[in-house]
Amino acid sequence: MPEFDDFPVSELPAQLAGWFAAQGWVPHGHQLQMLAARENALLIAPTGGGKTLAGFLPTLARACTGAMGQGLHTLYVSPLKALTHDIARNLARPVADLGLNLRIEDRTGDTAASLRARQRIDPPHILLTTPESLALMLSYPEAPQIFAALRRVVVDEIHALADSKRGDQLMLGIARLHSLAPGVQVVGLSATVENPQRLASFMGGAEIVLADPGPAPDIAMLPTRQPPPWSGAGGAYAARDVMAAIEGARLALVFINTRAQAELFFQALWAVNERNLPIGLHHGSLSREARRKVEAAMAQGQLRAVVATGSLDLGLDWGDVDLVLQIGAPKNIKRLVQRIGRANHRYDTPSRARIVPANRFEVLECVAALQAVAAGELDGTVDMEGGALDVLCQHILCLACAGPLDADALFAEITRTGPYAALPRAEFEACLDFVATGGYALRAYDRWQRLVLRDGRWQLRDPRAARDIRMNIGTIVAPELLGVRRGPRGGAPLGDIEESFAASLRPGDTFLIGGQTVRYDRLRDMIVEVTPQPARDPKIAVFNGLKMATSTELSARVLALIGDRAAWAALPDQCRDWLELQGRISHLPQMGTMTCESFERAGRSYFALYSFAGRNANQTLGLLVTHRMEALGLAPLGFVATDYALLVWGLEPVNDPGPLLDAQGLRAGLQDWLAENAVMKRSFRAVATVAGLIQRNLPGQRKSGKQATFSSDILYDTLRKYDPDHLLLRITRNEAQRGLADFGRIEEMLRARGKIVHVMAPHVTPLAAPLLLEAGRIPIRASGTERLLEQEAARMMAEAGLTLEAAEAKSGA
Amino acid sequence: MSSCAFRYCGEDFIAYPSGALHWPAQDALLAADLHLGKSERMARRGGPLLPPFETEATLARLLADLAKSGARRLFLLGDSFDDDLASVTLREQERGAGKGTAQHLLGRLCSEAEAFWITGNHDPAPVGLSGQVSGEVALSGLALRHIAGEGPDISGHYHPKFRVFGQRRAAFLIGAQHLILPAYGTYTGGLDHDQPPLNTLVPSGVAIVTGQAARMIPLAARPRRRR
Repeated sequence: MPEFDDFPVSELPAQLAGWFAAQGWVPHGHQLQMLAARENALLIAPTGGGKTLAGFLPTLARACTGAMGQGLHTLYVSPLKALTHDIARNLARPVADLGLNLRIEDRTGDTAASLRARQRIDPPHILLTTPESLALMLSYPEAPQIFAALRRVVVDEIHALADSKRGDQLMLGIARLHSLAPGVQVVGLSATVENPQRLASFMGGAEIVLADPGPAPDIAMLPTRQPPPWSGAGGAYAARDVMAAIEGARLALVFINTRAQAELFFQALWAVNERNLPIGLHHGSLSREARRKVEAAMAQGQLRAVVATGSLDLGLDWGDVDLVLQIGAPKNIKRLVQRIGRANHRYDTPSRARIVPANRFEVLECVAALQAVAAGELDGTVDMEGGALDVLCQHILCLACAGPLDADALFAEITRTGPYAALPRAEFEACLDFVATGGYALRAYDRWQRLVLRDGRWQLRDPRAARDIRMNIGTIVAPELLGVRRGPRGGAPLGDIEESFAASLRPGDTFLIGGQTVRYDRLRDMIVEVTPQPARDPKIAVFNGLKMATSTELSARVLALIGDRAAWAALPDQCRDWLELQGRISHLPQMGTMTCESFERAGRSYFALYSFAGRNANQTLGLLVTHRMEALGLAPLGFVATDYALLVWGLEPVNDPGPLLDAQGLRAGLQDWLAENAVMKRSFRAVATVAGLIQRNLPGQRKSGKQATFSSDILYDTLRKYDPDHLLLRITRNEAQRGLADFGRIEEMLRARGKIVHVMAPHVTPLAAPLLLEAGRIPIRASGTERLLEQEAARMMAEAGLTLEAAEAKSGA
Repeated sequence: MSSCAFRYCGEDFIAYPSGALHWPAQDALLAADLHLGKSERMARRGGPLLPPFETEATLARLLADLAKSGARRLFLLGDSFDDDLASVTLREQERGAGKGTAQHLLGRLCSEAEAFWITGNHDPAPVGLSGQVSGEVALSGLALRHIAGEGPDISGHYHPKFRVFGQRRAAFLIGAQHLILPAYGTYTGGLDHDQPPLNTLVPSGVAIVTGQAARMIPLAARPRRRR
């Protein structure tokens, strides 16, 4: 290793240096730099670079001097609970070897209540926790005592927290720690990112330490016997090729983008697993027990491969993994590189990774992604946005549980964080007002404010409310989940499914979970009861998982690749032929222009728009464009959105796409019409939950089946009618515009590609053909769900052999 | 906004898409579980400060339904107030306040129809209401009460919901012995029709789902075609 190794090892206490030597290790330069850092510091190091040890080295060095003192010295925060368990285990070894007097404990949602209570009175030297558990600790009146002696905060995998509400929450929590323990040092540990400076600003400023990035990864497309299909995302066509690659590796990780795809691919692999190799499955919908089992089996070397989604994605200790297989295009390049980092967790050997594109568009995406990795270009990130205001509301409420608050001091504390540094005082006041009074324009809760001002300080009017507030801490608003269990009453838990998916099931329907096909029997006490049914093909394979959009940079690279014939040399033959044909029949999308096509097929008019704006933006664009088509009398019937294109079908042809893509008109449509849209309501639900307006469903409440809570849609409608400028509606609008709806990307696309190229193609074009096969079509309900409901009601009446009169007679009996 | 006519125990009724029930023969409009003052009660207990507009919203809807029906008698089947204190605070606040306030709307309601307040578990003893307060009223051989008892009766209390087309909607449940109204209040959750005790009170019959239109759907277990 280059220059860093000249760094004087003598700065390590002799004991610790001796321990390193005994392991046969030489401390990395960046580890020693972190030891020397006195101010806040940010370490950027590839996986396997001893990042976490670097974070703890100053604490261990301190412990070697025997001058740890009493109380909490170092707080370690990680985005994953699983990491805290790992770290506790890993730290235990040097501590035991060196005979250090150092108490290390973790504290997460899984920690026993008795231990948590004890930790509040007698905290360990090193506490390992998550952002949510930190927020909870800060809500206790004992917080000043718990953190009084705190010297260091270590934030692991900080790149995974930046630009998220969890990150905002953590930075607010750390700001409070600065007040409780002045002079505390904050250390961030990050995987490779493109812009470390930005991450340092997120921390509120930090010295940046860059580790040697290590050898370049060995990464390529996996050759397959068959060419990939036109559409689809499962990658099942390559199961045999993947199996062969697994057979040739010690331990392989097979990453796939969604949970449903993981289930299906796992099945496909087993079908060709002729040597019966032990292969595991790991994704976020599986029960905790099931996931733990796979993690443990992996750690013990009992598995040859694991099929996984992002649930396994962050810095777990991969030990012997020597091959990463990515099925389907990795949606952004950074993610790909970080995943590859999992392979061969040794710093000095290159990681080996193979990509398996799931369809032909993805071949393009893979080639583009490989070129980006080779060029060392990671995805750029969006501009630093201000911290989320709903998170700030929760933070204020949370701190009020700990004790009275001085508004000026709190504002000063908050604006010391990166995300809230530029927060205007007026916005802070609006949040405080919302928390205290509800922030309603027309009427106030004069007598029943949540926070009241006494002696110049804000405090809870009813201290008993603290319990409920604490139960609602957290910024991850997951969809409502229902547990799935085998058989009636207390069968083995198999995992969770989303409530909306459960609602679509009828008894007898079969679906995949935990790698097996099960039959839906009934819903009882909010548990989905199923029976394993190995022989049957699953009827319903999709449950909603994370829908990731490709990054702007990757989309741009794909677009550039399509438009540049010289670059086609990098493509497999069948892809080259495909693009060649597109150029002959229609037009190839290019940088700087917006290509669209109209063609007829089976009595329907199709309109394809190659927007390359990512799935979320294309979906929004689909809603807006069809809305305008409806107004223009083009009678759209439905659309489908992919990462690259939008395909709309209807009764009338689009002869002039200009009016459909006018930015002004689209923006207006977003304001008027999207406000009514389900996207906004979903967004509002999350905002209202984080801000504390809606309480999460608590375990006890769900059992009765009588929901104590009512739909957040009603709150949304009521607010829109009576108080349209309410803080939460403002936050919701902002979020929907740039987050879920991704309107920013639409505007950017319209700006960058102003020139519209429209082709009236003679028939389906090669680029449009895969879109026709794409799943996830969205029907346009011009006359709304009510009409569908009416048809359904009539159908059910008919099915039951009832007419309206008959029903009257029956009930009148 | 289309309503749905039906017959129960030999009487003709019209279910409104809002959740109110018109009984023309009795010149009556019925509604259950208004839960007026719910946001206020949650706030009083230190809970979330919900948008405090639901009481006005509920009363305005009820006034509109009353006008539409032309009925001169109004029967409210219990839990009209989220608790007894709510009936007091509703009266106390905004004394003399102008048009559109809860106090004003409530006054109008009681002047435009003769009000019968049936008590519920949330409001066992509401205070200072104009109109009659009682635990039960009998009309044409049907008992009007808060919680379904010995039939035939018309009641509320359970906030019935019905799942159809992936949506969960407030619904009337109509069986042989019980007619159960959906909750009329703006901020009200609900109980699915197939959960106990609703599934034993109204094991078969029809549901009328509310929404933009009132639509009748059979309650019988959905038949499944087997292959």
